Amino acid sequence: MSNLEQEKLLLQGLALNERQSIETIYRENYPVIQAFILNNSGDPDEAKDIFQEAMIVLFEKASSGTFELNCQLKTYLYSVCRRLWLKRLQQMQRFGSQLDHGEETVTVEEDIEVHEKRNADFMIMENALKKIGEPCKSLLDAYYMQKKHMQEIAKDFGYTNADNAKTQKYKCLVRLKKLFFAQFKNA
Amino acid sequence: MDDILLIEAVERYLRNEMSAEERAFFENLRKTNPEIDQAVVEHSFLLNELDRHAAIKAYKHSLYETENKLTEEGVISKPKLTGKAKVVYFWKKYKRNIAVAACIAGFISLTTAGLIVSYTKQVNESNKEDLVAVIKEVKDTKKAVEGFMSSDKAPKIFPITPTTDFRATGFLIDGKGYLVTNAHVVNRLKTIYVENNKGEYFHAVSLYADNTADVAILKITDTAFKTVLNLPYSIRKTNVDLAEQLFTLGFPRNEIVYGEGYLSAKSGNDGDSTAYQLTVSVNPGNSGGPVLNKNGEVIGIITSKQKNADGVVYAAKSLNIYKLLEAIKKDNDTTNIKVPNNTGLKGLDRTAQVKKMEEFVYMVVGN
Repeated sequence: MSNLEQEKLLLQGLALNERQSIETIYRENYPVIQAFILNNSGDPDEAKDIFQEAMIVLFEKASSGTFELNCQLKTYLYSVCRRLWLKRLQQMQRFGSQLDHGEETVTVEEDIEVHEKRNADFMIMENALKKIGEPCKSLLDAYYMQKKHMQEIAKDFGYTNADNAKTQKYKCLVRLKKLFFAQFKNA
Repeated sequence: MDDILLIEAVERYLRNEMSAEERAFFENLRKTNPEIDQAVVEHSFLLNELDRHAAIKAYKHSLYETENKLTEEGVISKPKLTGKAKVVYFWKKYKRNIAVAACIAGFISLTTAGLIVSYTKQVNESNKEDLVAVIKEVKDTKKAVEGFMSSDKAPKIFPITPTTDFRATGFLIDGKGYLVTNAHVVNRLKTIYVENNKGEYFHAVSLYADNTADVAILKITDTAFKTVLNLPYSIRKTNVDLAEQLFTLGFPRNEIVYGEGYLSAKSGNDGDSTAYQLTVSVNPGNSGGPVLNKNGEVIGIITSKQKNADGVVYAAKSLNIYKLLEAIKKDNDTTNIKVPNNTGLKGLDRTAQVKKMEEFVYMVVGN
């Protein structure tokens, strides 16, 4: 199998949240990124953070379905991490000299912007879910995310019948919707 | 109720569960009624976001697990390991500079100590004392330097655990790794580590500090930190009464120490209304420790004690925590810190209370 096809498979696996693909990508790319961050005034924890964020960028792209990698995966990840690290350094004002880089890079600014927007949306949802409290959060989680049946949920949560659970679920959803859009429109 | 009916209809519509007739009717409704059209668009957007949220959460979980696995295998370095290698390198390169610097540092700290002592003798104005313990004493530093010079295996003495110059106390207010301590503690530290009673070290960063009330919020940044679901104590919003019995936990030693006392005044030094005066035995290292009442509510944070007076201790009121959180919220809505509002310690005897909460009180160290 050619390199290109292998990487395509890896990305498909990534989109499906397959452990094996994630691990392979980590193994093949992490050491380079870690060395890069450590050489540019970062520490191992920061390397972990940056790589994780790059992996999320990759996941978002891979699961969008329209993604085609037009360079090597290695180059793409390196470019994303480099850009993210540059941003982080600027935020911390730890940025003294030009970053040293030996590897070639591709333009990823647009991807990172999309990611940042999505990340903000993610946080808004996260906040809204936190604010609706329990049992609302678990109820919505069971129905919309774990796709459980209403009967099962009624039993798990101790509702006398599925209809009651359903009414409760809708009430929770109305609250979530209000909280989410209130913040979303402000953002 | 209308909302609920509408949502139900929209969901059935989006999931294609409507009969052809019903669907046609609903689509017509969408066309003629912009509000319903908007509801459909909004709802499908919300459901999409929910789906995406779930997917990313699951994916992040996989990332963490992969990370942990690879950290154990050594593919991902732990902070300490790379730190050591660098230290050896730097040691070789800067051996002489370090020795000279250490001598100068020793000299300066001696003179400053001298100056401070003579200054405080002359001017007895600064009668408040921070309760941060300085761990390294000048003598030890000197000894360590001599040790370095006499042996080539010197890096051995360098930190396996983080180097620490100060020790104070902090406690969790949110199981996701948010701690409260004193502002004067974080102001002194460049690198902050916190250690629990199991001896686990975590790296932490200072999020916000309120220098007037002397309260600061730290966040544990280590991924090794596992979120705590339920903190046993709550944070009190209102004032407590005079003479109320209190207790505190802190790290005046390398080990957690319990102290008992009472509320002796409703204001702090010089009528400071953001603080209480307590009578309790505390020592350097107690700074940032929680003060609790008999119900297991945190009512304050130890900040300082009066010099030349026994048992006069000041604690920032717990309301300051809420104030600080509010300020954070205004600043940045994504830091959603949720403080525990139910105490699980009510009605227990003191030994059981302390047993339940001691693992959430951390030693704060750093340099």
